[in-house]
Amino acid sequence: MSLLSQRDNGEPMLPTPYRVVARQVETHDSVTLGLAPVAEQLPHFQPGQFTMLYAHGIGEIPVSISGEPSTRDGLLTQTIHAVGAVSRALHDARVGAAVGVRGPFGTSWDLESAEGHDLLIAAGGIGLAPLRPVVLGALAHRQRYGRIMVVAGARGPQEFLFRTELSAWAARDDLNVTLTADQPARGWTGRVGFVTEPLTGLQLDPWRTIAFLCGPEPMMRICANVLLRHGLPPEQIRLSLERNMQCGIGLCGHCQLGPLLICRDGPIVDYATAADLLTVREL
Amino acid sequence: MNTPAAVVIDRPGLDGLIRGLMADGYQVIGPTVRDSAIVLAELDSPDQLPAGWGVDASPGHYRLRPREDGAVFAHSAGPQSWKQFLHPARQRLWSSRPDRTYTAESGDALRYAFIGVRGCDLAAIGILDTVLAGGAHSDSAYARRRRATFVLAVNCTEPGGVCFCASTHTGPAVTAGYDLALTERLDAGEHGFLVEVGTEEGARILAQVPQRRATAGDVEEAQAEVARAAGRMGRQMPEVDLRDLLHQSRESPLWEDVASRCLSCANCTMVCPTCFCTTTEDVTDLTGEHAERWQRWASCFEIDFSYLHGGSVRPSVASRYRQWISHKLSTWHDQFGSSGCVGCGRCIAWCPAGIDITAEVARLAEDAGRGQQDVSAQPAG
Repeated sequence: MSLLSQRDNGEPMLPTPYRVVARQVETHDSVTLGLAPVAEQLPHFQPGQFTMLYAHGIGEIPVSISGEPSTRDGLLTQTIHAVGAVSRALHDARVGAAVGVRGPFGTSWDLESAEGHDLLIAAGGIGLAPLRPVVLGALAHRQRYGRIMVVAGARGPQEFLFRTELSAWAARDDLNVTLTADQPARGWTGRVGFVTEPLTGLQLDPWRTIAFLCGPEPMMRICANVLLRHGLPPEQIRLSLERNMQCGIGLCGHCQLGPLLICRDGPIVDYATAADLLTVREL
Repeated sequence: MNTPAAVVIDRPGLDGLIRGLMADGYQVIGPTVRDSAIVLAELDSPDQLPAGWGVDASPGHYRLRPREDGAVFAHSAGPQSWKQFLHPARQRLWSSRPDRTYTAESGDALRYAFIGVRGCDLAAIGILDTVLAGGAHSDSAYARRRRATFVLAVNCTEPGGVCFCASTHTGPAVTAGYDLALTERLDAGEHGFLVEVGTEEGARILAQVPQRRATAGDVEEAQAEVARAAGRMGRQMPEVDLRDLLHQSRESPLWEDVASRCLSCANCTMVCPTCFCTTTEDVTDLTGEHAERWQRWASCFEIDFSYLHGGSVRPSVASRYRQWISHKLSTWHDQFGSSGCVGCGRCIAWCPAGIDITAEVARLAEDAGRGQQDVSAQPAG
């Protein structure tokens, strides 16, 4: 009976009321929301963690946190890609709207363990959102890291998240930013092609590089293979995985990927763990 | 506490125990005959126990059978399990107030007394304890109900045709986690129960009924009866490392074969005493102002279970059956430190297609054995 005699840990399924205090349009179907607690404030997040965001009466979805990790103002920054009923409702939420928040949940990118290393951050589309805290966290302590390389891809030039910030990053000389658009477009003078292509041409020191990948699963798989060919050990490649999540705390069973409960054992896992799981169809 | 010596009570004594639990404010849940099955339901009286009923079970088949004697616990698992009380099929998690704050469901103050929990099902409750209340975050409603539950367990002396708890090492004897444990004895026309005490609460309830001290002979005979039950299981799991076998069988052609029989109806997951998966449903009233979240049982056999925008991760029946059986027997170890199967056989009896988990595993084990032989038969290099 020892399991059950533990103290109650509150009501992890109960949302905490937050309010939208900022809304930044990113692309035609993505926004970044600033959320402030109405009263009680949730614990501080680690880069890579997610929250469960509730749109009143519609439903709840997992959303990764895209904000600055070093601030302690209690604000949550979350980037929403409108793809379903709940994400559309959250996308459309205006400043002042009420949302419910649970979390933060899941594993982190564990940026601290990458100190002293070169960082390679590769993002596809909305995948840049959970990686933004990695870049911001590393820039906040720039001297602790070696080279920092950001490779971000999007379907088109207008599909990049955080465009103003990306330009500012690109202008820094202590950050190596490569942007690539899947399709050529008028006015786009950057690279055209998938994220994997610039990755192939990068000069990497495989023993000193930690890679952080987030994007569609095939993109992460191909990127990881490119990095393995560069000589990176799979333990130095970290990815953010996505599965159906309803509880966020390992109780509902939806987010299983083989031995993993992605909400509990992920979303961030290393490629040594994920490689086998991502190559089995419909696992 | 010191373990008191075992005692023997008779059928009126059992009835007295049950009435004592009722008088104590427990909601007594036990087996009873309803709709041609032995179901678990609230008992108003000990007379509702299924005296004189047994069960015939085989793949896709479950029938009640009258017995010659008045045994009350001589039936194997029915279509229900204790999870429906501890982890209800549908429950409200919270409701919203007009100011968009949220109120958790306060939870019933029910104290359940479970009558007749067999080894397999007691092991299943232990597994649910780990899954729902053993991690960093626990299901508070489950933990509340569970802490208040009195367990009157039974050592199984009457395994059924689909039982295999001896090979999953979860029965037929109950080992831990009970307040009182009975062994039903039907010899020489005498209907009695050997009672062992697991907790002080159990001792307190037991003290209320007439009893006699058990002799060494009573205890030995009861143990022998349970040991014989272990040899009378209708089925058994192959004696291989199931965790490894399922891990190695991800690409097995067997999954397509099972998919040709499996209806993906989810019956196996509904009757399984450890399948815990749930889905949340968000609802509002007509004004949209009052919102609630409900939790209901879900199944990995539902196509939407793994839905991500763009489609389901597991659209094929083959992948969903593989997920279910692999989780149950293999990845459950990774996630929760034990197997998720307790050998109760419900998934076999209640599968409309008669798919038998032990037979499917035996085929996987056979294929794996053959595969190894093939590999070892290949010339080196």
